[in-house]
Amino acid sequence: MDLTYTPEQEAFRKEARAWLEANVPAEPLPSFDIKEGFEAHCEWEKKLNAGGFAMVPWPVEYGGRGADLLEWLIFEEEYYRAGAPGRVNQNGIFLLGPTIMEYGTPEQRTRFLPRIASSEEVWAQGWSEPNAGSDMANIQTMAIRDGDDYVINGQKTWASRGAYAHWLFGLFRTDPESSRHKGLTFILARLDTPGITVRPIEKINGKRAFAEVFFDDARVPVANQLGKEGEGWSVAMATAGFERGLMLRSPARFQNTARKLVSLYRETVAAGGFVDGAVRDTVARCWMDAEAYALNTYQTVSKLMAGAKIGAEASLNKIFWSELDILMHETALNLLDVRAELLPGSPAAGDVGDWLDGYIFALAGPIYAGTNEIQRNIIAERLLGLPRK
Amino acid sequence: MDFDFSEDQRLLQETVKDFLEGECTAEYVRGLWDTQTGRSPEFWAKLAEIGVPGLMVPEQAGGLGMDERDLVLVLEETGRYALAEPVIGTVAVAVPLLVGLAESGERKLAESWLGRIAAGEAIVAVGHDRSPLVSDAHIADLLLLPHGDEIHAVDPGEVGLTAQRSNDQSRRLFAVDWAPSDRTRVASGQAGRKLVDAAFDRGVLACAAQQLGVGCQLIDMGALYATQRKQFGVAIGSFQAVKHRLANAKVQVEYARSLVYRAAHSVARALPTRAVDVSMAKAAAGEAATSAGKESLQVHGAIGYTYEQDLHVWMKRAWSLDLSYGTGAWHRARVADAVLDGRLPAESFGFVPPGA
Repeated sequence: MDLTYTPEQEAFRKEARAWLEANVPAEPLPSFDIKEGFEAHCEWEKKLNAGGFAMVPWPVEYGGRGADLLEWLIFEEEYYRAGAPGRVNQNGIFLLGPTIMEYGTPEQRTRFLPRIASSEEVWAQGWSEPNAGSDMANIQTMAIRDGDDYVINGQKTWASRGAYAHWLFGLFRTDPESSRHKGLTFILARLDTPGITVRPIEKINGKRAFAEVFFDDARVPVANQLGKEGEGWSVAMATAGFERGLMLRSPARFQNTARKLVSLYRETVAAGGFVDGAVRDTVARCWMDAEAYALNTYQTVSKLMAGAKIGAEASLNKIFWSELDILMHETALNLLDVRAELLPGSPAAGDVGDWLDGYIFALAGPIYAGTNEIQRNIIAERLLGLPRK
Repeated sequence: MDFDFSEDQRLLQETVKDFLEGECTAEYVRGLWDTQTGRSPEFWAKLAEIGVPGLMVPEQAGGLGMDERDLVLVLEETGRYALAEPVIGTVAVAVPLLVGLAESGERKLAESWLGRIAAGEAIVAVGHDRSPLVSDAHIADLLLLPHGDEIHAVDPGEVGLTAQRSNDQSRRLFAVDWAPSDRTRVASGQAGRKLVDAAFDRGVLACAAQQLGVGCQLIDMGALYATQRKQFGVAIGSFQAVKHRLANAKVQVEYARSLVYRAAHSVARALPTRAVDVSMAKAAAGEAATSAGKESLQVHGAIGYTYEQDLHVWMKRAWSLDLSYGTGAWHRARVADAVLDGRLPAESFGFVPPGA
């Protein structure tokens, strides 16, 4: 155990910092949940990719720089330090990309990975259906083979970024006789395929953050299946592992929020705002938890680099960061007092930052990527050995 | 950057674990409650055979010459098996304090004790500013007591001890009636302050590390019971309400673990953030272990509330460790003083804030 960076790691940090300082837009981009913001974020991703920083741990041939996971963490730290835009293609870069790397054919890697890195193709997820939420094995959308195509019928929902994305990945039932986890296949589908209709859904702040996707005899080439036919569940579990375990929410995100919370606390104290011991204690707690999350991630990365795999431990992560995110935003809104409800730009709002928007986003955390209740079941059953039934 | 333990460190942990699993059963722990000292010289001698007391004693003095990064895993195991012997005072705090005293001029004192500690022939009890009581003073061969910025090496034969009765029957706490003098003073001034502070932070780390083991044990006991106990025709562990309690406890313990291991590194390297790092570790680990106790009790139901069942052995250990070397609230306040008011050095791990 040695918690100091090597000179090479420090040099990498400097390089990333210099590039980001020179290139990050001075003004924050509009939300990627609106059309204009989505496009601005795609432009930013192109720039990031041209600089070689879109996905640093990927091999060079796919648009990465072959960095190790520690360097990825360092990059993420610098990314949040620089206040760089959110990753509009997070489904592609953090979830699908690693899955293609593990399960894709050489052709699929060459076809998809560089376009994910450049965000020329932005991805939505297609897991949930109206009757398959937490019970994902109840997926009913059928993809029936017909020659070199699958003919897909059914409906996916809650597809984040689905309103503007170009592609969707998800699980489809390719064996109509099958049930539960069997007979499912991981398929990649262009969202402009004839027979696919995307209907955006507004989230509670009115922005089109997600969508439902209807399939009506939509034909998708069999070549777009990822992994083997009928083995989609295990491919999807790998994707979910990346999502919950490491990539989706890197620690710098929460450390940065904790830092902003500490600043807000200090400003509130300086301005004579209401602060009591309980608020003070909670701010300290938030700081500690953000640290714990960062340290835990470094532990995980150290283990991965030594050849270990992440298993059900990923579920611990997902619960921890999603609940921490809510706590930090709630505490900030407490500190903002009456201004907490004012939208940015409202005359009396002053500098309310993006705490309200962040809070609304944080509230989704315990729901997406598998509800926290499902994560708790996984922990109990797979880490603590409790019976399923 | 490598935040993992080496194979040697894991091997040491396994050795201690195997030993304690065989020898330090709940029955054994409870058996000691009714003995006069509550401690066993024979057991301590066996711990010495596997190198525990001398873990951080320098090699030239007969020890293993390791540091807190090795010790932390061993302490975790002593918590898991509710070991009553004075590993925190003697092994985690007194040894490095004696090494520090040697460096500040008390070489003879250190030399006369370190070898004996490593051989399992001497127990040293240590006082600290967060408590007027000293643990294990009754079996100590030497007392190291702070007095302001000073440290005093006191012969236990020259003090008066008043035994206290703790809720944790394994604890042996004493009020020590003593008077500092020129004869007993072994460090003072700036050097003394540094040693007093470092010793305290080591005690904090040691409690936190034991809490990890205590917390894990409480969760494991709950999980085992929930697997065996049937109601409504099924194991109660199949109910989500039961699962989720234990899952929550597991989350808390695992994230406390990261803070504890980092604190071990900070102490071993004498980093400027040491005080804040150990405070974060203890606040988190204490809360994790005491919560695990509550959850496990609820999962056990009435049987867990009985004196006969062993659950309370670990519940009480979680409480008493939470009160040792500063309560969770005290440590969170120290974190707040550092992070919010800048009164102590604190920095985020890895992430460098803008402007820094």
